[in-house]
Amino acid sequence: MLSGWSLIRLGTVLVYLFMFAPVAVVILLSFNSSQFGAFPMEGLSFRWFVELANNDAIVRAFKTSILLGILTSVISTTLGVMASLAMVRYEFPGKNLLNTALIAPILIPEVVLAVSLLLFLQFLSMPKNFLLLLLGHVIFTLPFVVLVVQARLVGIKKEYEEAALSLGAGPIQTFFAVTLPLLMPAVLAGMLFAFTISFDDITGTLFWKPPGVETVPTQIFAMLRISISPEINALGAVMIIITVVLPLSGAALARRLARRSAE
Amino acid sequence: MAAVAAEERDLRPWILLSPALTTITLLLAIPTCFVVVYSFWLRTAAGGEQVGFYLDNWIEVLTDQFYRDILFQTFRIAAITTVLCALMGYLPAYFIAFSKMRNKAFLLLLLMLPFWVSYIIRTMSWINILGVSGAVNYVLTSLGIVSEPIQMLYNETTVVLGLIHFLLPFMVLNIYVSLEGIDPNLVDAARSLGSTPFQAFREVTLPLSLPGLAAGGLLCFVLGGGTYITPLILGGPTDAMFANLIYEAIIIQLNWPLGSALSIVLLVVLGAVVLLYNRFLGLGQIRKGFG
Repeated sequence: MLSGWSLIRLGTVLVYLFMFAPVAVVILLSFNSSQFGAFPMEGLSFRWFVELANNDAIVRAFKTSILLGILTSVISTTLGVMASLAMVRYEFPGKNLLNTALIAPILIPEVVLAVSLLLFLQFLSMPKNFLLLLLGHVIFTLPFVVLVVQARLVGIKKEYEEAALSLGAGPIQTFFAVTLPLLMPAVLAGMLFAFTISFDDITGTLFWKPPGVETVPTQIFAMLRISISPEINALGAVMIIITVVLPLSGAALARRLARRSAE
Repeated sequence: MAAVAAEERDLRPWILLSPALTTITLLLAIPTCFVVVYSFWLRTAAGGEQVGFYLDNWIEVLTDQFYRDILFQTFRIAAITTVLCALMGYLPAYFIAFSKMRNKAFLLLLLMLPFWVSYIIRTMSWINILGVSGAVNYVLTSLGIVSEPIQMLYNETTVVLGLIHFLLPFMVLNIYVSLEGIDPNLVDAARSLGSTPFQAFREVTLPLSLPGLAAGGLLCFVLGGGTYITPLILGGPTDAMFANLIYEAIIIQLNWPLGSALSIVLLVVLGAVVLLYNRFLGLGQIRKGFG
């Protein structure tokens, strides 16, 4: 038994190593003072981060990505919360079908989603612009928000809302005074989820982005086509911090909020 | 409150649903139908589109051996990736589910972390590991094991490797969710009835975790089969997957009718996998991962 378990433990350690080593190497190399984005390490330096901050194209890509991520997460969380309320709190005909429709965007390969949205909006003579990018990101992140919010909403007792209603609060008042505060951790989780997915997306973005506009992932993609440079590693390190530290602190915040509302 | 209003037709759920449903109808349902129509149009020599009902794209896509080969190659790469993810994913999922350690939640979170790290960064990070001036070649040449750096990148193996790195967290999470739901008394019962630990695993734990394995497998297969970024970054010229053909047709050649036909093929093929899964196992299992 013991040897079996130690084998499992060894396997687990190896899998963790496999998952983390490449990411760790990116961070390590981003501090390499060498001209080339590769081994050997010649010394520690922050110069590549400084060059990043001075690189207009990269700074612009960051601004685009952040704006896109924030707009996407606000819109898709609003749509997602409303739809989840309908799904969890009401009974109506066709519910199962609609529930599948809500998560349909992740059941369809993202390339196909990207192609259909692009071709349809071009057919309507809408040029490739920021709006197309935003619409694409909203449709693609919506299912994730719906799944996260629904899972949480199922666990919130209907009795709280019924109590508020029986005490004379209107449905909208009930939502803002009772349901929303209880749902806040899921709303934040959904927003973060949507933001991170949007911030990271490249599959659809390469189809939707107007010429000349780059998000951080497409900027990295364009730079990779030339060669791997120390700047890419530094950019990678910054991306890792944004996409890892942000959700982690969000999760910690959500847990604190949940604990407070439970008290 | 739903019960009271149910007597008359309750419009509230429909009001709540309408923004999301409008979005999905306008941005997903109608565009997908439109792509079907588009695939019957023709690209003219001038670069425009000839509206009509032409079967040319479909005849090309369905009869050309080239497309069949790439489709087969896509299936092979996705299948190998899925099987390897299942094998590699089971160990940590099992360890986290049955470990007596106090920091189980932390271990799970740790394994989910790469899931948050940008897909393109994770894909590109393998160039730092396996590239000509990457970590492995650096170690090998400094130790004098090889005199010249070995070319390890840009082949089917590195594409599979990149895909595993991308998809493994989905697999671990799904297996973990189903292992976590197993009543530990069942394994104890099997043991007390005289089975060895391995027998107990084979007869009790493994069958009970199959729904999680299947859900993880579906995600790995469908996400792996629909990607074009990993082959572009880590693959060689002959390692294209089906989605690469779509990217090529739409973005590079601007042959939108052909790209439409190719998109429909990918949608039907991967959609059939999802439908088969839903028919026999149900999509509910995948939702559990979000709980």
